[in-house]
Amino acid sequence: MNARTADTLESVALPLLAMGGALLLFGGFIWVGGKSPVDAWTLLFKGAFGDWFSWQNSLQRAAPLMLTALCVAIPARAGLVVIGGEGALVLGGLACATLPYLFAPPGNVFGSALLLFAAGLAGAAWIALAGVLRQWRGVNETISSLLLAYIAIALFKHLVEGALRDPASLNKPSTRPIAEALLIGGIGGSDIHWGLAFGIVACVALGLWLFQTPSGFATRVVGGNARAALLVGLPGARITVAACAIGGACAGLAGGIEVLAVHTSANASLIAGLGYAGILVSFVARHNPWVVMPVAVLFGGFGAAGSLLQRRMDVPDASVLVLQGFAFLLILASEALRGKLFVARARPVSEPATVPIAPQVTA
Amino acid sequence: MATAEFNRRDVLKGAGAALALGGIGSLAQAQAPITVGFIYVGPKDDFGYNQAHAEAVAEIKKLPGIKAVEEENVPETTAVQKTMQGMISQDGATLLFPTSFGYFDPHMLAVAGKNPNVRFAHCGGMWTEGKHPKNTGSFFGYIDECQYLNGVVAGHMSKSRKLGFIAAKPIPQVLRNINAFTMGARSVDPSITTTVIFTGDWSMPVKEAEATNSLADQGIDVFTMHVDGPKVIVETAAKRGKFVCGYHASQAKLAPAAYLTGAEWNWITAYKTIIDAARTGKPHPNFVRGGLKEGFVKPSPYGSMVSAPAKKAADDVKAAMLKGSFDIFKGPLKDNAGKTIIEAGKVFKQTDPTLEGMNYLVEGVVGKTGA
Repeated sequence: MNARTADTLESVALPLLAMGGALLLFGGFIWVGGKSPVDAWTLLFKGAFGDWFSWQNSLQRAAPLMLTALCVAIPARAGLVVIGGEGALVLGGLACATLPYLFAPPGNVFGSALLLFAAGLAGAAWIALAGVLRQWRGVNETISSLLLAYIAIALFKHLVEGALRDPASLNKPSTRPIAEALLIGGIGGSDIHWGLAFGIVACVALGLWLFQTPSGFATRVVGGNARAALLVGLPGARITVAACAIGGACAGLAGGIEVLAVHTSANASLIAGLGYAGILVSFVARHNPWVVMPVAVLFGGFGAAGSLLQRRMDVPDASVLVLQGFAFLLILASEALRGKLFVARARPVSEPATVPIAPQVTA
Repeated sequence: MATAEFNRRDVLKGAGAALALGGIGSLAQAQAPITVGFIYVGPKDDFGYNQAHAEAVAEIKKLPGIKAVEEENVPETTAVQKTMQGMISQDGATLLFPTSFGYFDPHMLAVAGKNPNVRFAHCGGMWTEGKHPKNTGSFFGYIDECQYLNGVVAGHMSKSRKLGFIAAKPIPQVLRNINAFTMGARSVDPSITTTVIFTGDWSMPVKEAEATNSLADQGIDVFTMHVDGPKVIVETAAKRGKFVCGYHASQAKLAPAAYLTGAEWNWITAYKTIIDAARTGKPHPNFVRGGLKEGFVKPSPYGSMVSAPAKKAADDVKAAMLKGSFDIFKGPLKDNAGKTIIEAGKVFKQTDPTLEGMNYLVEGVVGKTGA
């Protein structure tokens, strides 16, 4: 086995081993609670991937997470830790719901696209702001993006409960409902809405961009070492802000899709922590847009399985969070084994392959 | 434990099947076994809105022939649509109780459209004839009656004549409670004021604690609230040596020395009505409302520090409410800007839908409804 095969094998084996370990630990946890671990494992599988209903359930939950994870992954590749995707998401949803106040968009696919474009633009502007603050004012983008998310949520509530409020929405302040013709439906008669397609296309396309194009490479160089990037003549500032904008656009798009496919107007239900869940997805996927897809589906699966587990075994909602905690902790910890797993069979001369981890912020 | 439960359920299912197959259904007294799903937006043990529901569900679970499935912490996104559909397809539920306001539109309506044979009973919403499908409905209680009683007790127990109300959002349901509480207190002494603080959302523990402290600093000595989980406010007020009137469920356990009384839901009444209709094949009750008289709400037992005159005054009003001879919202009534809201001689019955669109704060409330 050469080093490359070992590397690939490891990339598959490590997360699988980690998941297996997490399930074992979770079984122990359930057993301590006086319930049957075998029942719990069966229900977990049944709830997440057991049948077509469960698959739809998991995939639908995964759809927004792919996009919000990209809001962390893309800036991370340019060397920034952005955790304010929630802000971009709610403003994206708001922009999408607000556009019809300004003019009547055509009641067709083009109209929907226009609304989603507005959503992406709002998200892009919001996260780009964090990039600009970092680039020209030296404000730490992790803190600023988080604080900007609070501001975005406050702004959202202020407008939805004030100027933009539909007077007919009494006990649940909302914007005016979006015209039926502009809403996004399910894929081929299933419950899964087209948001999933947007998520997959965005992940695949941004992965291709990062790993196959010169500008994607430039972004990764800036992320790897900003000073070296400047030395070789790369426009560091522009690339950083652009990466933020791309990430923000994804989260904004997620908000727009939530409004068009689920809520039909902007209201407080949009603020459901999808942006924050994306942070975890991205870190577990080690900021690789392609890996974001399966990780998001896994995450969606946890949600779906947790739902069934609660109903059948009368365990609290938090028990699935425990499983999630075990899983992600072990997945991240398993990185310590990378390059050692198949070392006996690998050729002794080769250095352990190092993999880029989350780039550190340079002062 | 889990295995034992599955067995019990299997036995029930088997028994139901045997009855049906054997053609001896008459023995079941026309009460078909039923699986009912309950969905909560927060944790079942929040000492508040969700606990009030979960406590009633625990009672329902004890009834024969009813299997209840529950799920907590379900956000108002596609997640709740999936939970509803899962309860229907995976657990065989034929009646669902989505209990959070935000579940109604679009989530419950979307799932109800796809499952015309399943009944949906939503808590808090405004089911409207002709607009919403027949297999859906809404139920709610006039808890402002209990808030009025809270106000009467608070009015007697306050020394500073200043009461505090910590609320989530200035929406009709909340304004109605603030107004009822204030009017109850001012029926004792018209110089009493209620200072209201809106925290902006249903579950904001940090802001709720800050609001309680800041009101306590201003000399307010009796608190009540309308947020999802009153725990933090009750504990903070008690720590500051102030009295508190509870909301949603009883928080007496958290602060026995400070807890005067409280406005509690009694959802079991609504649940039973709706479940019985489903089991006997009667039409789905689409619009269910009730107050003290109908047993939809109840006051918490008085704390030991509540004075005899306070108890008497509150009990008198309660008796009048139970007789149906007491109206909270009647003219002449002014808002807190001095504008007349209800002309003299005009009376709004509790059932009047106008009250469900309330957008004012009455005289004596210090605060604004504006966003």
